[in-house]
Amino acid sequence: MEIFTKSLTKRRFSFTDIIIIAVIFIILYIILKLSSGMNIPFVQGDHLNIDLSPLMLPYYAGRSLLRMFIAFFFSLLFTFIYGYIAAKVKTAGSVMVPVLDILQSIPVLGFLSATIIAFMAAFPNSLMGVECASIFAIFTGQAWNMTFSFYHSLMTIPKDLEEAGQMLHFNPWRRFISLELPISAIGLIWNGMMSFGGGWFFLAASEAISVLGEDIHLPGIGSYLAVAVESGNVQAMLYAMLVMLVMILLVDQLFWRPLIVWGQRFKLEFSEAKEQPDSFVYNVLYRSFIMYWLYSHIFAPIGIFFNRCILWFFDRLEKAPHTYVSINAGYFVQRGCKVFIALFLLYELYAPAKEAVFMLYDIGFNDLYQAFIMGLYTGGRVLAALFLGALWTIPVGVKIGLNPRLSAKMQPLVQIAASFPANMLFPFFTILFVEYHVNFEYGSILLMMMGTQWYILFNVIAGAMSIPNDLIEATEIFELSGWKKWKSLILPSIFPHLVTGFITASGGAWNASIISELVSWKKYTLTASGIGAYISTATSAGDWNGILVGIAVMCILVVLINRFIWHRLYYMAQTKYHVD
Amino acid sequence: MKNLLELKEINKTFKIKGTSDSTILENINLHVKEGEFLAVLGPSGSGKSTLLRIIAGLIPSSSGTVSYLGKEIKGVNPGVAMVFQSFALFPWLTVLENVMLGLERKKISVEYKREKSMQVLDIVGLDGFENAYPKELSGGMRQRVGIGRALVSEPDILLMDEAFSALDVLTAENLRRDLLELWLDKKIPTKSIVLITHGIEEAVYMADRAIILSSGPATIIKNIDISLPRWRDRKSPEFLSYVDEIYSIMTKKKIPMTEMLVQTKKDLIIPSVSAGALTGFLELLEDLNEKIDLYKLADRFLMDMEDFLPLIEASALLHFTKVTEGDIELTEHGVEFARATVLERKKLFRQQLLEHIPFVQKMINILRSKSNKQMNIEFFEELQSQTFGEEIGQKQLELLIGWERYAELIEYDDNKEIVYLEQSV
Repeated sequence: MEIFTKSLTKRRFSFTDIIIIAVIFIILYIILKLSSGMNIPFVQGDHLNIDLSPLMLPYYAGRSLLRMFIAFFFSLLFTFIYGYIAAKVKTAGSVMVPVLDILQSIPVLGFLSATIIAFMAAFPNSLMGVECASIFAIFTGQAWNMTFSFYHSLMTIPKDLEEAGQMLHFNPWRRFISLELPISAIGLIWNGMMSFGGGWFFLAASEAISVLGEDIHLPGIGSYLAVAVESGNVQAMLYAMLVMLVMILLVDQLFWRPLIVWGQRFKLEFSEAKEQPDSFVYNVLYRSFIMYWLYSHIFAPIGIFFNRCILWFFDRLEKAPHTYVSINAGYFVQRGCKVFIALFLLYELYAPAKEAVFMLYDIGFNDLYQAFIMGLYTGGRVLAALFLGALWTIPVGVKIGLNPRLSAKMQPLVQIAASFPANMLFPFFTILFVEYHVNFEYGSILLMMMGTQWYILFNVIAGAMSIPNDLIEATEIFELSGWKKWKSLILPSIFPHLVTGFITASGGAWNASIISELVSWKKYTLTASGIGAYISTATSAGDWNGILVGIAVMCILVVLINRFIWHRLYYMAQTKYHVD
Repeated sequence: MKNLLELKEINKTFKIKGTSDSTILENINLHVKEGEFLAVLGPSGSGKSTLLRIIAGLIPSSSGTVSYLGKEIKGVNPGVAMVFQSFALFPWLTVLENVMLGLERKKISVEYKREKSMQVLDIVGLDGFENAYPKELSGGMRQRVGIGRALVSEPDILLMDEAFSALDVLTAENLRRDLLELWLDKKIPTKSIVLITHGIEEAVYMADRAIILSSGPATIIKNIDISLPRWRDRKSPEFLSYVDEIYSIMTKKKIPMTEMLVQTKKDLIIPSVSAGALTGFLELLEDLNEKIDLYKLADRFLMDMEDFLPLIEASALLHFTKVTEGDIELTEHGVEFARATVLERKKLFRQQLLEHIPFVQKMINILRSKSNKQMNIEFFEELQSQTFGEEIGQKQLELLIGWERYAELIEYDDNKEIVYLEQSV
C-alpha cells in the first residue's frame, strides 16, 4: 500500500500535533455518540420529537453528516464492485452499463416510500429501517456518477501500461492497487466530491417524510428544518440553513480539498500543470509528526499485512501457469451462464410484473391518461426552469469564464452553491408566495430553478474557460463584437459544456419536482398540478396505485426525453462543436 | 549454442467485422540463439510490434508455436522482459518503485528487492534519482528507468519495442551506446536481445543479425548476418554497404508487388501520404536532378524510414518516380509535374490518379452515373471495407478523398457526409 501515503517523511513533534490528536479523538467520540442514536427502538406510529433549540443543532447536523458519510462509503463500495465487473466481464458490461444509465436518469426520490417500507420491514422495531432508507436515498444520489467515472477509467487505461502490467506478471490484486486504482483516483475524487454535493439534497429530502399517512422525522438537520417550517419558526429555519452552510464548507475544506491535493500525484500526464490545487489542511497534516507516526506505526503495517495476505491468496490461486486472457474454451460456459441469468431474472420479475400489470389494469385508462398529462405539465416546468436558468447563467458564466482571475475565485463558490440543498430554501419562497399570492403553477418553476441553475452556471464557466486564446484573439482582429462574436465564437464553443450542464440540471429538476410541486407553510399548502405533486400526494396518503402510476409515468418521460433530446444534443456537441 | 527462443510457422490473422480475416503475419519461422543480438526490421504497419507481442506472450498467435528453452509458451513468456517505446512507466511511483515492480513476482524480501533495484539503477546510470518521479526526468532518463525495470528481473531475453524512437537523436545515440556497452561487457546477465526497429542504421549499428519483414502480410524476406567488428563506425564503407543493401531489399521487394497489383486492376493499399507532402517530395527530387541512392536521400532530407517509405511508394504508384535497386529517379510525368504551375499540377495529378488507381476511376464512374452527381460516403466506405476491413478501409478512403479533392475530381461535405462530383469533370 506504499503508494498511498508514501510522501510522508520524517517530521518533528509540534503543537499542531496536539491539536490533531485532539481532533482525532473528538471525531472518534462524536462518531461513537452519533451512531448510538441510530439503532433506538421504534415502531410504526411512534412520534420522534425534534427539539428546535439551537443547542441541539450540532447533534442533528452530526447525525446528518454521519448519514452522508455512510452513504458515501457504500457508494464507493458499490462503485468498485459494479464498475469492476462491468469493465472486466464483457457480457455483464453490455447489460450493466445501460442499466446504470437508466438508474442515473430516473428520479429516485419517487421510490422513497417503497424503500422506506422495505427497510422498515427488514429492521422491525428499530429506527434502523428508516435510517437505512434515508441512507439509501442519499446513496442513490451519489453512486451512479462515481460508478460511471470508475468504469470509464478502467476502460481507458493506456495500452502500454496495461501491457507493462502483464509483462511484470501482475496478479489481479497487484493490478488493482498498482494500476487500476491509481489511474481512476482523480476521476473518483472529483466525481465523489460532486456526488457528495448532490447528496445533501437527498439528505434534506429523505429525513423528514410523510409516508403512508405518517410523519417520520429522523433526527437530523433536514427534520429540524421541516419541524421549524411546520411550527412557523423562522428563526430556527435560519439557524438550520446557517448550520447547513457551515457543514458544507467544513466538509469541503477538511475532506475534499486535502483529497484533491493528495490526488494530484495520480495525474497521468508527464508535464507539470501550471496551477496546482492547494489545501491548508493537507499542508498541516502533511507536516505533522503525528500523522507520520500513525502512518508508519499503524496504517503502513496494517496495509502491508493485508497486502501480503491478499497477494499470498492470489499467488495460491495462480499456481497454474498463465494462459492467454481470452480463450474460447469458456465460451459455452459463458453462454450457459447468460441463459441461466436471463431465466432467473425473468422468473424473479414475473410475480411483481404480473402484480403491477393488474394494478395498472385496475387503475383504468382514464387515470393513466390523467397522470400522463400531469407528467407533461412537469416536463414543461422542467424545460422552463432550464430555459430561465440558462437565460441568466450564460451571460454571467461567460463573463466569469473569460476572466481567469475571476473564475479562479468564483468556481469554488459556485460549487458550494450547487452543493447547497435547494430544498432548504423552499420554505422561504413558500412564505413569499403565500404573502404575495403568487400563482404556484408558475412559482414552482422558480423552486426547481433554485437547485438546477448552478449546474448550468458551472458548466458555462468551464466552457468559457476552455475557449482557446487564439480564437478570442482572432475575433478581436476581425473586430467581431456583440451578437456576431456570440454567434461565431462563444455559443459554439460553450455548446458541449452547456449540453452537459443541461443534462445534469434536467436530472436534478425532475428529482426536485417531487418536492417542489407541493410545499407547505404553517396551515397553507401550495400545490402545482404536475407529476411530482401527484407522486408526493400519493406517497403521504399511502396510495400504492398512485405511487406506481406516478413513478412509471415519470420514468418513461425522463427516459424518453433523455433518449430523444439530450442524447442527440450531446452527440451533436461531441461531433460538431468540439473545440480541440 | 542452443536456441533460447524458437518461433515455428507463426501466423496471425485479425478478425475484422464484415470482411474476410486480415492476415498480419504469415509463416514466420525464427530462432534466437544464446548470446545473440537480433534486430527485426520492417516498414511501419508491417506487424513488427505484433510479432514482438507474440514473442512476449501478450497476444496469442493464430497458429504456430512460440517456445522458450524448448517449451511451448501458453501465456506471458517467463523468460523475457520488455522495454516499451512509450516507456510505460507508472507516473505515481518513484523511479525506485518502478524498478522494484520488476521483482514483484520474485519470492525475496523487500530489503533485498530494494538492494537489487538500487544496483540496477546504478548500472543504467540513474543513481541519485531513485526517489524522483518519472515526470521529473527527461525522456532519455525515463527510458533508462524502463530498461532498468526490464533488467532487474534478469530476463534471459530482453525485448525492445522501438525503444529509442521516441527520443531525440543525441539522447537515443547515447542510450544505444550505453546499452551496447552493458551488453558487450557482459555487465548484465541477459542472454539475448531482440530489437524491433524501423531504423536501418540503428539495426546495423547494434545487432549481430537482422531479419527483414515485408509489409502486409508480413513474411521474413531476408535474414542478414552483420559480421562487423564492434565498435562499428557508421562512416565506414562496410557499414554503409550493409545499410544500402537493406535499403534496396526493403524497397525492391515492395514496388514490383504494387506494380503487379496495378496490372491486375485490383484495389490496392494506398500509402498514407498527403497530396501536399507528395508534391514537396517531387519538387525536392527535381531540384537534385539525378538518380540517387534511397538511403542517401533519406539522410539528406533528415527523414525517418517511417515517413520516407510511404512517399517513395506513393510517388512510384502514381508513376511519378521509378525505383530500381535502391535508387530512385523521376519519370517524365514526374519531371513535368515538378515543373508545372499549381493548376497544371492538379490536372497532371488527376490524370495519374485516374490512370493508375482503379478505385478512383470506379468512384468517378459511380458519381457520373447518378443523376444528381452525388453519393453518400458510406457507400464508398462499404466498398473499401469489403476489401480491407473497416478500419483500414476508412483510412484508405480518407486518403483517397484527400487526393481527389486536391485533383479537383470531387467535393466532399463533411457534415452531410456526401461526396459530390466536381462540375468540371
